Amino acid sequence: MKTEIEIAGVKWKNPVTVGSGTFGSGMEYEEFVDLNRLGALTTKGVANIPWAGNPTPRVTEVYGGMLNAIGLQNPGIDVFCERDLKFLEGYDTNVIVNVCGKSIQDYVDVVERLSDEKRVDMLEINVSCPNVKEGAIAFGQKASALTEITTEIKKHAKQPIIMKLSPNVTDITEMARAAEAAGADAVSLINTITGMKIDINRRTFALANKTGGMSGPAIKPVAVRMVYQVAQAVKIPIIGMGGISTAEDALEFILAGATAVSVGAANFINPYATIGVIDGIEEYMRKNHIEDIKELIGAVK
Amino acid sequence: MKKKTCAKVLSQICLAPGIYDMWLETKIAKDAAAGQFIGVYPNDKSTLLPRPISICEVDKEKSALRLVYRVAGKGTAEFSGCKDGDILDVLGILGNGYDLSLLKGKKVMLMGGGIGIPPMLELARELYIQNESLSEDEKSEIIIVVGYRDDKTFLRDDLERYGKVYIASEDGSVGTKGNVMNAIEAEKLSTDAICACGPMPMLRAIKKYAEEKNIPAYISLEEHMACGVGACLGCVVKTKEVDHHSHVNNARICTDGPVFEAGEVDI
Repeated sequence: MKTEIEIAGVKWKNPVTVGSGTFGSGMEYEEFVDLNRLGALTTKGVANIPWAGNPTPRVTEVYGGMLNAIGLQNPGIDVFCERDLKFLEGYDTNVIVNVCGKSIQDYVDVVERLSDEKRVDMLEINVSCPNVKEGAIAFGQKASALTEITTEIKKHAKQPIIMKLSPNVTDITEMARAAEAAGADAVSLINTITGMKIDINRRTFALANKTGGMSGPAIKPVAVRMVYQVAQAVKIPIIGMGGISTAEDALEFILAGATAVSVGAANFINPYATIGVIDGIEEYMRKNHIEDIKELIGAVK
Repeated sequence: MKKKTCAKVLSQICLAPGIYDMWLETKIAKDAAAGQFIGVYPNDKSTLLPRPISICEVDKEKSALRLVYRVAGKGTAEFSGCKDGDILDVLGILGNGYDLSLLKGKKVMLMGGGIGIPPMLELARELYIQNESLSEDEKSEIIIVVGYRDDKTFLRDDLERYGKVYIASEDGSVGTKGNVMNAIEAEKLSTDAICACGPMPMLRAIKKYAEEKNIPAYISLEEHMACGVGACLGCVVKTKEVDHHSHVNNARICTDGPVFEAGEVDI
């Protein structure tokens, strides 16, 4: 039975990674999870300099999920390389670094800084965070802007690049096509869906940022639909995510056309969720006599 | 080591309107100390995140934790309906508690406001036990100042076992009318150190008081949390200095706290 997959020449032992921002750099979850079991570990978004993020409250629960407006708080690329990448040296899993910025130059600075880092296997470019005012999502909501940033990053990146797409667009296939045409090696989707919650007792917004990104089980059908649409539109591999908590959820994404999947907010609900997904996919394959997981990718037409 | 595991409800009673007192049997109890908290998961799967609840008392022999909590929403409403023998998932032990070694030989004022009172009970109990093994000049003198809304003075009897208790009530029905700061003034109390948990206006007043008196105040903070283990960066508090982990002026309440020296944080 083969669970290995390959994205842009990078081999993964299984198709399971984590959603950026839901797992830190793995330090906080090593008590719960054997990080060596992950197909890849996607780190929290990192910028060229430290970002303080948004005021609190930054998180709130909604029916079947949550809203967050962290605002990409991060310690900056220098600390990330010295501390987080060093920590990850001890583990046998692919490292995908999620890169964020406010201008194209910010992204390029981080990508160049990471070009000689042997521990970095892939880069995920965050052009879809809904919680920062400048940059980020501005590059992910217009095809022309996405083309420009993808082209520019591709010139400087030594590792394969995954463009992380926003669901907060009219037609996500247009964005996926733009990323592919500009040279992206893969796409990941979906980032969170912009939402809002009002606290009726305090008569104010539940989040200081007013809006936040919705994640959790409730967004899964939207994400599966978008992964399916993108799979019909582009040839590059897709990392599917959005509400995955179980192997059954992950298999929906794979059957819809995702080569790999990310477990996101589910880590907050169950710190062992990733392992449950990995074990559950194997169990499904055994039960259904699937020799190679590749047989399942996009099997539903 | 933190774990997500199950806990069995040993007992639950209602202490005051909306305030519940629950004992849980769980293997993580052996690691618990004053000022720490656990995440409790509702069984209703539309409410997914663990609810952070402070530890009110630890019974290591019975491997049990006492939680005294206020019903604030759907999750805690569900917990309040739990019966003996019901099973809840829990995550813990979370956060750093109070450092008792810093309180040796000092007059210590434990201050609790409303649903910030419960963690003061375990702290009082642990200080009382620590005193038993210390020489006279190393013992802590325990003074307890607690503020309630009205005459529903939950946990008062438990607290009185460990120290002299001063009470304030918002409606004036018990003790000093007003809040804990009014009680300090009315009773002419003084102290060498403060440990506190309660609403933000109370903690701000304590921070100011401690600065004026030039004494340390260890305050326990709360904030909306998602992961509870330091990964999501949801529950941050502004810090005076650049934080060692985040490299910005933000510390994580769940893992760097919830107890902070008041001077370290900007509240």
